[in-house]
Amino acid sequence: MSEVDTLHAGQTEVPPRVSELRRIRRVLFSRGVVVFGTIVILVLIITAIFAPLIAPYDPYKMDLSKTLLQPCREHLLGTDAIGRDMLSRLIFGTRIALMVGVVAVGAAAVSGMTIGLIAGYFGGWVGAIFMRFIDALMAFPLLLLALLIAGILGGGLQNVIVALSIGLMPQYARLMWGQVLSIKEGDYIAAARVIGASNLRIMLRHMLPNCLPPLIVQITMMMGMAILAEASLSFLGVGIKPPEAAWGTIVFEGYQHLRTHPILSLVPGLAIMLVVFSFNMVGDGLRDALDPRLRGVL
Amino acid sequence: MRAYIIRRLIQSVFVLLIVTIVVFFAIRLLPGDPILVLMSPEEMGVITEEQLEALRHEFGLDKPMIVQYVVWLSDLAHGDLGVSVLYRTDVKNEILRRLPITLHLGLLAIIISGSLGILLGVVSAVRRGRWLDTVVTVLANIGITAPPFWVGMLLIYIFAIYFRVLPVQGYTSPLEDFWMSTRQIIMPCLCLTVFPLAMVARQTRSSMLEVMGQDYIRTAWSKGLRERVIIARHALKNALIPVVTLTVIAVRLVLGGAIIIETVFNIPGIGRLAVKGINTHDYAIVQGVVLIMVTAVVLINLAIDLSYGWLDPRVRYE
Repeated sequence: MSEVDTLHAGQTEVPPRVSELRRIRRVLFSRGVVVFGTIVILVLIITAIFAPLIAPYDPYKMDLSKTLLQPCREHLLGTDAIGRDMLSRLIFGTRIALMVGVVAVGAAAVSGMTIGLIAGYFGGWVGAIFMRFIDALMAFPLLLLALLIAGILGGGLQNVIVALSIGLMPQYARLMWGQVLSIKEGDYIAAARVIGASNLRIMLRHMLPNCLPPLIVQITMMMGMAILAEASLSFLGVGIKPPEAAWGTIVFEGYQHLRTHPILSLVPGLAIMLVVFSFNMVGDGLRDALDPRLRGVL
Repeated sequence: MRAYIIRRLIQSVFVLLIVTIVVFFAIRLLPGDPILVLMSPEEMGVITEEQLEALRHEFGLDKPMIVQYVVWLSDLAHGDLGVSVLYRTDVKNEILRRLPITLHLGLLAIIISGSLGILLGVVSAVRRGRWLDTVVTVLANIGITAPPFWVGMLLIYIFAIYFRVLPVQGYTSPLEDFWMSTRQIIMPCLCLTVFPLAMVARQTRSSMLEVMGQDYIRTAWSKGLRERVIIARHALKNALIPVVTLTVIAVRLVLGGAIIIETVFNIPGIGRLAVKGINTHDYAIVQGVVLIMVTAVVLINLAIDLSYGWLDPRVRYE
């Protein structure tokens, strides 16, 4: 729309200018599942923050007079083999799931993007060596790499987060590298260079914002993946150690009582699935909302 | 073309070399003395320092790390993966004994997820918006979120404990007892199939939808070709290119999944071996398994890259 048209035809003829942010919000929440996913994630965050207030019992308090209770009014999801309230353990598990998701993916994204940005921007043999190293890491199945690192470091929440950060990092490096290569030759980058912008300024102020959309999608999707991988590691016994109320650990503990108390392992698994599903759906929605090719179509 | 193949080959070798370095030195960071893991507490009490040294010498653990690495790499070049401290056997033999089991499981999972995933994706794209499409899309979205070990437990509960139609765990070679083998592999195979199947179906559906909207497909329609011919000969061939790319991811997923599924179903494959190796700090075993898995991924990646030219003549290797 040119300025001249607007002046002559008057305001009524021109479609209202929608801000980019508002358009993204509209496209994002136009699908039911995305709204559903967002609500689940919000509930997850609130539950994690207020876990001690919401949980009916102490998740670590054993009560040997009440072991393996079937669901009843006092214990909505029953109790485990040493009499801990399942619902409370599940509620406290949100803290670990969220922490793992946010911290592991955050660390992976920041380190991966930095490597990708530097390797892509400077190129040359330094870039080539960086990227071969990334290729080598990408050849590992995620679970194998995380198992290896968690095994070396010895498990525990902190080490699981480190293992997953390293395991997820290559994907961000590769994605960022591809993005940088595709925009590197753009006129606006050349223009920035001509007016004397430093390399650092070009990378952070001009390239980074243009590379971000697909990375944001990837970050959302990987939250679910990280939570799933943490649960798998805990299940294999190299992740978060038993007294801790991690969902994977709870599933593993319940597995031994699958025959008589299927609820102990199936319900925490369902919780994992719900959260992973929500992150995936929000990621899907963000992909549609942030895709520049769909601007104007949606 | 030849230059491209050679360059890709050199790249792959280089990547594998980095992998061996990463793995070899990372493993040395494992806490605990691998020699001591072998011993019972009683043995540890009576063993002398000389005997320990002798054992270390026997397994080559007394040399500097760089030397150990070079020795190991040259052994590797001769097909020798070292000796397992835990099993006291050749790692190569242990892996060769277990590899067919993981291959049986993994290949089955990849073939089923590939063929069924493409079929479901095509059907769902062709019948876009109908009930079948809705069912496939919903199932695919659930499929990429379900934790494999959890699916395993659910299946065990339903089919082995509740209905008692399938054996709970274990593995039998199909050459030994085909019927039993098939019954035992159904559940673990299903667990490994879910994620790649869902992924392939999603990708096939979206690339089919994209291709079906193109001009040459409209031309094919207006020529009066039958729907089946248009889908199979014209649309599918182009729609499959992004799906083929997924093969590498699927192989990585299945190998990673094998680690956990073999544990859930107590299957003596190489995934189970990896977990055992990690838990017992058995250097040689872990190195061997990691190397086999990663080499498989690198080779498949190479094969896929080279196949693009054959699949899509527009691709020219520069």
